[in-house]
Amino acid sequence: MRYAETGFNLEVDLTRGNIERVATDPRDTELYLGGLGTNAKILWDRVPPEVEPFSPDNLLIFSAGLLCGTPATGCNRTIVSTISPQTRLMAFSMMGGFWAPELKYAGYDKVIFRGKSPNLVYLWINNDKVEIRDASHLQGKGATETAELIREELEEPKAQVAAIGLAGENRVYFASIEQGRSSASRLGIGAVMGDKNVKAIVVRGTKDINVAQPAEYMELCNEVLAYIKFRNENPVPGVMAILTGLGSPQEMAVHDEKWHTENFMWGNSRTRRKGFWTEEIAKEWMETLESARTRLISCYNCPMKCGATLSLPGLPTYMMKCFSKLTYTLAAYSDLDFGLKIAQRATEYGVDGYSTPQVMAFALELYENGILIDDDFPGMPSDNEGRFYWLLDRIVRREGIGDVLANGTYWAAQEIGNGAENYAHNNIKKHEQLPLKLSMLNPMYFLMYATGEKINITQIEGNFPQAPFPTREEREEFVKDWIQVPDEKFKQYFLDWELRGENSIPYYPTVQMCCEIVDWQERMHYIDDALGMCAGLSSFPLKPPYHIHNYPKFISSGAGIDMDEEKLTQGAKRYRTLVRAINIRRGMRRKDDKPPENHWKKRFPELEQELLDTYYKFKGWNNQGIPTRESLQELGLDYVFEDFEKRGVYSDNGDTPSKETSAEKEKEV
Amino acid sequence: MGDKEKKIIKTIKIDVDKCNGCRACEVICSAFHAAPKYSSNNPARSRIRVIRDPLKDVYVPVYAGEYTASECMGRDKYTIDGKEYDECAFCRASCPSRDLFKEPDSGLPLKCDMCESDPDLEEPLCVQWCLADALTYEEREEEVEEEVEQEEMEIGLEALANKFGLEKMIDTVARMSMSKKD
Repeated sequence: MRYAETGFNLEVDLTRGNIERVATDPRDTELYLGGLGTNAKILWDRVPPEVEPFSPDNLLIFSAGLLCGTPATGCNRTIVSTISPQTRLMAFSMMGGFWAPELKYAGYDKVIFRGKSPNLVYLWINNDKVEIRDASHLQGKGATETAELIREELEEPKAQVAAIGLAGENRVYFASIEQGRSSASRLGIGAVMGDKNVKAIVVRGTKDINVAQPAEYMELCNEVLAYIKFRNENPVPGVMAILTGLGSPQEMAVHDEKWHTENFMWGNSRTRRKGFWTEEIAKEWMETLESARTRLISCYNCPMKCGATLSLPGLPTYMMKCFSKLTYTLAAYSDLDFGLKIAQRATEYGVDGYSTPQVMAFALELYENGILIDDDFPGMPSDNEGRFYWLLDRIVRREGIGDVLANGTYWAAQEIGNGAENYAHNNIKKHEQLPLKLSMLNPMYFLMYATGEKINITQIEGNFPQAPFPTREEREEFVKDWIQVPDEKFKQYFLDWELRGENSIPYYPTVQMCCEIVDWQERMHYIDDALGMCAGLSSFPLKPPYHIHNYPKFISSGAGIDMDEEKLTQGAKRYRTLVRAINIRRGMRRKDDKPPENHWKKRFPELEQELLDTYYKFKGWNNQGIPTRESLQELGLDYVFEDFEKRGVYSDNGDTPSKETSAEKEKEV
Repeated sequence: MGDKEKKIIKTIKIDVDKCNGCRACEVICSAFHAAPKYSSNNPARSRIRVIRDPLKDVYVPVYAGEYTASECMGRDKYTIDGKEYDECAFCRASCPSRDLFKEPDSGLPLKCDMCESDPDLEEPLCVQWCLADALTYEEREEEVEEEVEQEEMEIGLEALANKFGLEKMIDTVARMSMSKKD
């Protein structure tokens, strides 16, 4: 008997319309856990580097995490993996909500799509009955609208629907997959779904999920719940409001946006507006949010209320979470009312809330600077907000300039030329980042930005404070009940970290400490993504209920796999290395591991080089960021080494960094 | 007049405005009632279900009540504060008109037992797991007239007597018992 997981994947060949229920190998679970881990194994095995993102041979995998569907609070994430059309590297966007547990109750751990359907379809999974159904009547429908229509036509109000909107259908490189209050937004996985002609995946399940040691498992769950209660009553002092508690930043609940609006950049990640947050604006924005918000809502089996239902006058109700609240507002130099209204349309279209506003601001900046001209914007309204709506409509339909912009700022700039490249200035590995520009290099963040293969800072940072606390007393207070550290030394690192002087940024934490801190934070994210745990209860906030000390027990008693901290650390390292191996095989090298040039004003090239050199070594990668023979063999990834050898990956190394095989040089589709 | 006796009334108070729709109540309910306890979990077996329609802002946790063999003669549909609720949304019955509160495999009815266990739990688990405080638990003592409780069969027989007349019923019972003897 399999515990926590179901032991079955659905293999869907869209070209032939064939569906198979395939038993999985329990040894893979032991080595790669599940979710992201086993997704990476499948992508390595079955998607060679020659496969283009929009090839029928590209796979699109929807996976529940290993512990999804068990009573572990907050374990509800769906990990979607494929090859990204934008970065041309492995994408593993994720979403919370209700989909993954429902898939487990239907009796499956993953849905693996291959091929391409000849016409628009949706997949209907109802326990043992799985069918591909025509979706031609849903063509062009919004993502939320589609979910409602499908539930109605199937007469299944309890079915969970993950759907794409127009943007996915039209293969916009930053198209999302939307699911209730959640979405898997980053890296254009919605475009791959659209390319495969899959409008939605609908799932309903009424079967049991078993755990191996019920009493032990429940005790752990109850401890977590009690700790969540404790943390909700005891916010961390000394950090800014959004970092005090658990969950993702409580953007739907808070009104005070002084920090975001005055520290994040406006427009095309350009302007910092100190003094923006006045009493008048605070009042106006509070009224906007209060009148739009009907309820704060949660994902499956989680008490944190990170999302909200929003109803704006004259617009259909929609759901939002986190920082999409402000991205459109900031990009357009507008107000919250505009931001929430355009986000409604953007959600129906199914686009990423980080990339989309930035792409539009980028286009308007090119226009202001004469690189794009009037002819590129026929019929565009003259008012600022109107222009954003106009651009959004063009992008998701790939009309005119929208067709160019739909590939994101990097590829659009390549196509537009004429100096447009300088305006696509906020990317890492061709992917738009949060609009942040800071002054002094932070060595830990340098490493995280450079090497985080989710290519999104919020998906690698977390458990270690972002900044030192001013006084030693405060620091001592903080470390007192810091049970989450994997090793006591991290407490000392933090205790000695000062705002100024010798023990301050950029030379403290030292290079070695930075490596350890970054590695710890990243590890927690990778474990979450294999288990299906929300980062908001684990890798993202300070002092979370899940950590390296209780996770092994959850896996042992839940999945019945013998686990301890060392084995879990090694396991996470194994599939983290596999993710890198997939990208290395697709041409990623050291030159791609870098933050946006202007992310910090004060840079330290020598220190940065030392940081990267040391971190690579720490991770078992060579100077080009390629996992070495020794580290691969130690992780039991001999097959990766053999493949690297066969493909000449290692010789493509050293003094002449691999221009031809670099991801950057690869042709656009 | 009968004597007064004290009775504990167990009440779960449901504040639909506080419900965040997370369904933790369903998770823990189905886990608690699994055999062996906590060995599995499946909201479809839960004795509490959250009837939810997020876009309409509808969140109604409903507990499984009595089983009923036949549907009501009609259905009801509430509109409260402009929000239209599902047909029979507030009804607790496990009834032929819907799939709520039935074991998914056997179709057998489910009923909330307030997490009856030995030793008693402080509160039903759905309440303990509802950190949104949409579910709270209250026990109070009520003095009730002591009544000689009618047995289930007696209630049924009385209904039959009302319908067909007592004489006819006695005749029928006599005939039935005669035929059994043969």
